[in-house]
Amino acid sequence: MIEITMPRLSDTMQEGSITSWQVAPGDQVSPGDVLAEIETDKAVMDFEAYDSGRIAELLAEPGTAVAIGQPIALLDDGTDRPVAKRAEDRDDGPHDGPRPTKALVEGAVTDRSAAVPQPQMAASPLVRRMARDHGLDLGRIVGSGPGGRIIRVDVERALAERAGVSGGPGGEGPADARQSRRVPVSQLRRVLARRLTQAAQEIPVFTVTMAVRLDALTSLRAQMNQQLAASGQGKVSLNDLIVKAAALASREYPAVNASWAGDHILLHERVNVGIAVATERGLVVPVIKDANSKTPAQIGAESRSLAGLAASGELALEQMSGGTFTVSNLGMYGVEEFRAIINPPEASILAVGAARPELAMEGGEVSVREMMRLTLSCDHRLIDGALGAQFLSAVRRSLENPWSLIL
Amino acid sequence: MTEPAAVRDAAGQVTMTYREALRTTLGEELRRDPNVFLIGEEIGLFEGSYKITQGLLKEFGPRRVRDTPIAEEGFTGAAVGAAMLGLRPVVELMTINFSLLALDQIVNHAAKIYGMFGGQVSVPMVIRTPGGGGQQLGATHSQNVELYYAFVPGLKVVAPATPAAARGLLLAAIRDDDPVLFLENLSLYNSKGEVDLAALPMEIGRAQVVRPGRHLTVIAYSRMVTVALEAARHLAASEGADLEVVDLRSLRPLDRDTFVDSVRRTHAAVVLEDDWLTYGVGAEIAATIGEGAFDYLDAPVRRVAMAEVPMPYSKPLETAALPQMADVVRAIRETLDATGFSYSRSVSHD
Repeated sequence: MIEITMPRLSDTMQEGSITSWQVAPGDQVSPGDVLAEIETDKAVMDFEAYDSGRIAELLAEPGTAVAIGQPIALLDDGTDRPVAKRAEDRDDGPHDGPRPTKALVEGAVTDRSAAVPQPQMAASPLVRRMARDHGLDLGRIVGSGPGGRIIRVDVERALAERAGVSGGPGGEGPADARQSRRVPVSQLRRVLARRLTQAAQEIPVFTVTMAVRLDALTSLRAQMNQQLAASGQGKVSLNDLIVKAAALASREYPAVNASWAGDHILLHERVNVGIAVATERGLVVPVIKDANSKTPAQIGAESRSLAGLAASGELALEQMSGGTFTVSNLGMYGVEEFRAIINPPEASILAVGAARPELAMEGGEVSVREMMRLTLSCDHRLIDGALGAQFLSAVRRSLENPWSLIL
Repeated sequence: MTEPAAVRDAAGQVTMTYREALRTTLGEELRRDPNVFLIGEEIGLFEGSYKITQGLLKEFGPRRVRDTPIAEEGFTGAAVGAAMLGLRPVVELMTINFSLLALDQIVNHAAKIYGMFGGQVSVPMVIRTPGGGGQQLGATHSQNVELYYAFVPGLKVVAPATPAAARGLLLAAIRDDDPVLFLENLSLYNSKGEVDLAALPMEIGRAQVVRPGRHLTVIAYSRMVTVALEAARHLAASEGADLEVVDLRSLRPLDRDTFVDSVRRTHAAVVLEDDWLTYGVGAEIAATIGEGAFDYLDAPVRRVAMAEVPMPYSKPLETAALPQMADVVRAIRETLDATGFSYSRSVSHD
């Protein structure tokens, strides 16, 4: 019997959850067969079998987070030993407990403690001592170590929460009048939470907002879409044109297309624009590479395909990395304007509001125009106010004189 | 064999190889004390299988630098007798593998005479011998059997990892009144480092924190210290992990306090050894941590060791059998994972 454990599928992965099992108990599998889809902090990936055998049991419930190295299934390979981990370590992640890195099959340590669910709450010795010293009830702490072991970071978190305001986010004692219930957090949301918290805490942000007149853009877009429809191609959205305008402005002001790196600034040669996409799982940001050198129609086709992959959770890691700038659009919800949080290590993000008719004064006359508000959030460590304003003006200039977007 | 001459810098530190540190120290001690003499196979005319004794026959003559027949038990026993009568023999065993032929002389005589004769006579001898694999010398010539000697009360076992430690511990071993097994390593002979030629002998039985750190303690001796330091540098650069490295330097007596104190501060440990895992040095270290730092551990102690096979001759198999950097880095990462260590990555763009 072989114990299949949660693999390490990315460098930053600490746990994963099974999105769906592709095999059922009793199925015969060979090396290379897809066993499951696993959601990591970055993406959903296929997990393949390393060994041949018959699936004896599935141990991990879909949707539940499992730490790297924890058993997720048992594979019957014909050997009669109860549960023996594979003798040789492979690049499929760590195993619980002290184990030899190399050992012969006969000498292999079978770490039964990790294989059998422990009735007793696991906590490291350090944690037990800390709990004694601080009078903490370990039964109320959720462990994040291997096998759910309570480790130092969990106790430190609990102590910090206890020290914070009473009835903090973790409070759910019997006296809790809110009748809360726990909802498991997906890997994606966990990473999102960590990164955005980091961004909000670390980056000194300022924002600049401008109103953009859309009449010319709207009529150009109508003409483009007529042409595209006639040749059987997909339409161009307002957002595609904004992506293009932002990419061109990044070329004009390369200092915006950059990252703060502690003691230096990285100026990025390529302009890769991320598009914030809301999915059922949470926010994802697929990236349109070299957006400055693509036509709005190309950007449109690519963003439709990326959004489709995002909706089904099939975006590859590569399609979500390498961004140098992000466009986030809530206009479709009627939001007039908003300030977005920068997606690190990028230096700015453009928040797009709704296009709507507004009354305006023109030559002493009141007229109605189609207007939209753009808000640029900038990392002040490398972008000063004037630069942010110039960049946003350049975006507005392109959108108000839209031929520049297709030349 | 020619080697670049040692270079002395302004601070009196000299950069030299591990081999040069051994040779100059042997010369110094032969010059300092007329009771010191060298004995072993091919150490005179041939100047040593690994050229540790180069030039010494010429300077000190055949009474002080004695070539022997291929008879380990015989010449080790002769050295035990000489030591009992007041001389300070430094035996060279061509490799630690051949020490098995002299096992009875070392374990039953050198180690026991002081105790069995009620302290009336001591055995101030040194057995210098290199261990280590990785040179494609096959199963019988690639072992690390220092453990056999570290097991025996009455013997001292030291294992320097650097040229400075090679000098400091060899001085201490020669001047020590007990039999000392002095473990060298084939893959360290050409390694370079700074040596202070004015430094005093090192204390036998004292480990050294060779790199201070906060997140995890790596414990090693001999060659694996260099691997530990390389892994620490790598993980500091790539993950922001700050590792502490403890060089044991001496396997008997074992300085338990230094690594237990370290683990009490870092709450996690990985032990490295070039030898087999089962019943090994790592087992002793892990048990000591369990006794001395149990309430401070946030993750199980992890051991990295060689595969439990006789060393293969084939180069790829030999490499696979020996603990490599990648094995060490993986074990450290997994232990860091188990403590919930949050890896920080430098901001960069891909």
